[in-house]
Amino acid sequence: MTDDSHIEQGPPGNGELPRPVVKRRRFNASLIWLIPALAALVGLSLVINNWLQAGPQITISFQSAEGLDAGKTPVKYKNVVIGRVNKIHLSGDRSHVLVNVALEKSAESFASKDTRFWVVRPRIGLGGVSGIDTLLSGAFIGADVGNSNEYEDEFQGLEAPPSVNHGAPGRSFTLHSDDLGSLDIGSPVYYRRIQVGRVASYQLDKDGKGVSLQIFVDGPNDKFVTRSSRFWNASGVDVSIGANGLKLNTQSLATVLAGGVAFQDPPGPHDSTPAPEDNEYKLFDDQVTAMAPPDGTPHYIRMRFEQSVRGLAVDAPVEFLGINIGKVVSVRLDYDEQKQRFPVLVGAVVYPQRLGAAYDKLEALAKAHGENPDLSQMIGRLVDHGLRAQARTGNLLTGQLYVALDFIPKTPKVAFDPNAKPLTIPTVPGSFDKLQEQMAGIVDKLDKVPFDSIGRNLDQTLAGLNRTLKQVNGETLPAVRDTLHGVQQTMGTANEALAGDSPLQQNLGATLEQVQRMARSLRVLTDYLGGHPESLIRGRRPDAKPADVEPVNVTPAAVQPTQGSKP
Amino acid sequence: MSALPRASELGLIACTDCGLVCRNVPGDTRLDGDGVGDDMACPRCGTTLHRRKPNSYMRTWALLIAAFILYIPANVLPIMRTASLNDVDDNTIISGVVELWRAGSPNLAVIVFTASIVVPVLKFLALGTLLVSSQRGSGWARVQRAKLYRLVELIGYWSMLDVFVVALLTALVRFSVLSLVEPLPGVIFFGLTVVLTMLASMSFDPRLIWDGKDTDD
Repeated sequence: MTDDSHIEQGPPGNGELPRPVVKRRRFNASLIWLIPALAALVGLSLVINNWLQAGPQITISFQSAEGLDAGKTPVKYKNVVIGRVNKIHLSGDRSHVLVNVALEKSAESFASKDTRFWVVRPRIGLGGVSGIDTLLSGAFIGADVGNSNEYEDEFQGLEAPPSVNHGAPGRSFTLHSDDLGSLDIGSPVYYRRIQVGRVASYQLDKDGKGVSLQIFVDGPNDKFVTRSSRFWNASGVDVSIGANGLKLNTQSLATVLAGGVAFQDPPGPHDSTPAPEDNEYKLFDDQVTAMAPPDGTPHYIRMRFEQSVRGLAVDAPVEFLGINIGKVVSVRLDYDEQKQRFPVLVGAVVYPQRLGAAYDKLEALAKAHGENPDLSQMIGRLVDHGLRAQARTGNLLTGQLYVALDFIPKTPKVAFDPNAKPLTIPTVPGSFDKLQEQMAGIVDKLDKVPFDSIGRNLDQTLAGLNRTLKQVNGETLPAVRDTLHGVQQTMGTANEALAGDSPLQQNLGATLEQVQRMARSLRVLTDYLGGHPESLIRGRRPDAKPADVEPVNVTPAAVQPTQGSKP
Repeated sequence: MSALPRASELGLIACTDCGLVCRNVPGDTRLDGDGVGDDMACPRCGTTLHRRKPNSYMRTWALLIAAFILYIPANVLPIMRTASLNDVDDNTIISGVVELWRAGSPNLAVIVFTASIVVPVLKFLALGTLLVSSQRGSGWARVQRAKLYRLVELIGYWSMLDVFVVALLTALVRFSVLSLVEPLPGVIFFGLTVVLTMLASMSFDPRLIWDGKDTDD
């Protein structure tokens, strides 16, 4: 219906149908071909871009492809991706793996002769953790480019990262040491406890008698390495017990665990011009030895001890008047056929220069005397003055011995051959040895005491004593008890006798009264005799009459005792 | 000449938008020709009138070729980067499918493979077949070809599955360090391929299948 109305409203057309409106077309239909052209252009640009960006293909050989992943593992320089591993395969002889790396176009210069490649994996050591990011991101290949412009696409990968990158400011030096200690590649190098470098590499000396370490000191601190710098192994902890108490010295906690090298100039005047590249130094064991004045040439001496040197170990110090001048290097047993004894031969190296001014003066003196200013001559003279070697106890707890060179008074003279090689220094038994001998003498004497018979006798005596005691217990003690009982009774009786109302007491009182009376009459008699001495011969004169009767009665009583006592 | 007349034979043209039937202007021979010329417009609604979609063959071919060109980088370039704690993985479509298969989800792998590889390839083949056979005016299996065209139209957008997967994962998986999904250029090319094939199938006029000599109806 609507259609019909529309048709009628439309313009009149051919017949009953409307005619379409003719419009000018705006676009050329062939413009549609721009789309495939554009697509082709984009595709082409991708191809060209890819071709342009493709850098050189290089091959690196590694011991193992651990952590490497074809198509994924990137190659990085300064943490910028410069390429990617695209293939890993074994070498023909299966001894190593070959890693194909597609470097980027911009990293073309890495395909040169002295570029180094290594695999960065997480490394956890005592000195720290490195490559921790690779724990999460996976290992990558690190690169370090050199100076060479020569093209190279076959590389030998390093198994450990190089500690020094090419072109880093600084200088490397060589250290010589007896052993590596706890040092490792990457161990820090300290100057005044600031890390200024690290150990770059190490290898055994060709003769196998030492270790050479290459260290790298970063600029600008490398200027502190002077010609007279002293290097020492800063590993571990130095514990010293002095008059000031316990002193603990370490560079840093890391060196305690992982080791490190420290250097410093010696105190006092020294050559402080910066050292040239690759200057060689000795690596000392600790700071004290490093800072000590140079020892000069060592001299080997030998000592022959007749007694046991238990506790004398290699490296034990050799002291001259308390100054450490060397160390024991060997302790060996010998056999003396004549004496049929086993002397101990102790070898030691001494550094005469450690004597300092004394050595200089002795040397000058020897020269002044026109003698050979040799150690042997000098020691010969000292031996004449009583210089003897003595093994002394350095530590009473552990019984460790050291060798003391000392002037011993009143020692018998010994023959000394200054030309003997090695130089042999006469010895005396140590003070402790003497003490030991005396102790031994005392023990000998004690040994002679007949402890057996003493014991036996003592035993018998004790048995007798035991018997006696039994007797005392069984017989004597009851008797004693009886006696004590008797005594007690006696005491009771005596007590009664002495009581105030006892007949004895009364009798005694009466007796004493009689005696008193007698004494009075005796006094009367003596008084009378004093007045009438003749009465002894003539008898008593009659008294006056009135008193006649009574004195007569009295007199006989008074006179009788007198007469009685007279004969 | 079949028993049933076609609009062109009757000199009629219908507006595809409002359904108005107009008298075809005689003498305008360029309507489905090389493309340059005048357009007729519906007198009622103003829609451009054309007997067949204009330049259908050319447009379809162009779009199809463009899609095919873009299909190459879409498959070669990685489409998605999955970065987890210790791994960064760039996946192309094929490697993603292989990874899914290996990771123990073969059904998912099959789905992704079908949507991303089979469907686009089938579309290229189907459209190519349709174009060639129609341009030749072949009367071979016209009904089946018409069905094929409808199928192509229907499944066309399912190829966007991969693009949607990448888009969704990119938006959802954002745990910075722990895991991260990022789209890579390949997905753009893939999306463009799908869009272009859809455009190509849209610009193909199924009536062209029936043009030419009538062998059967």
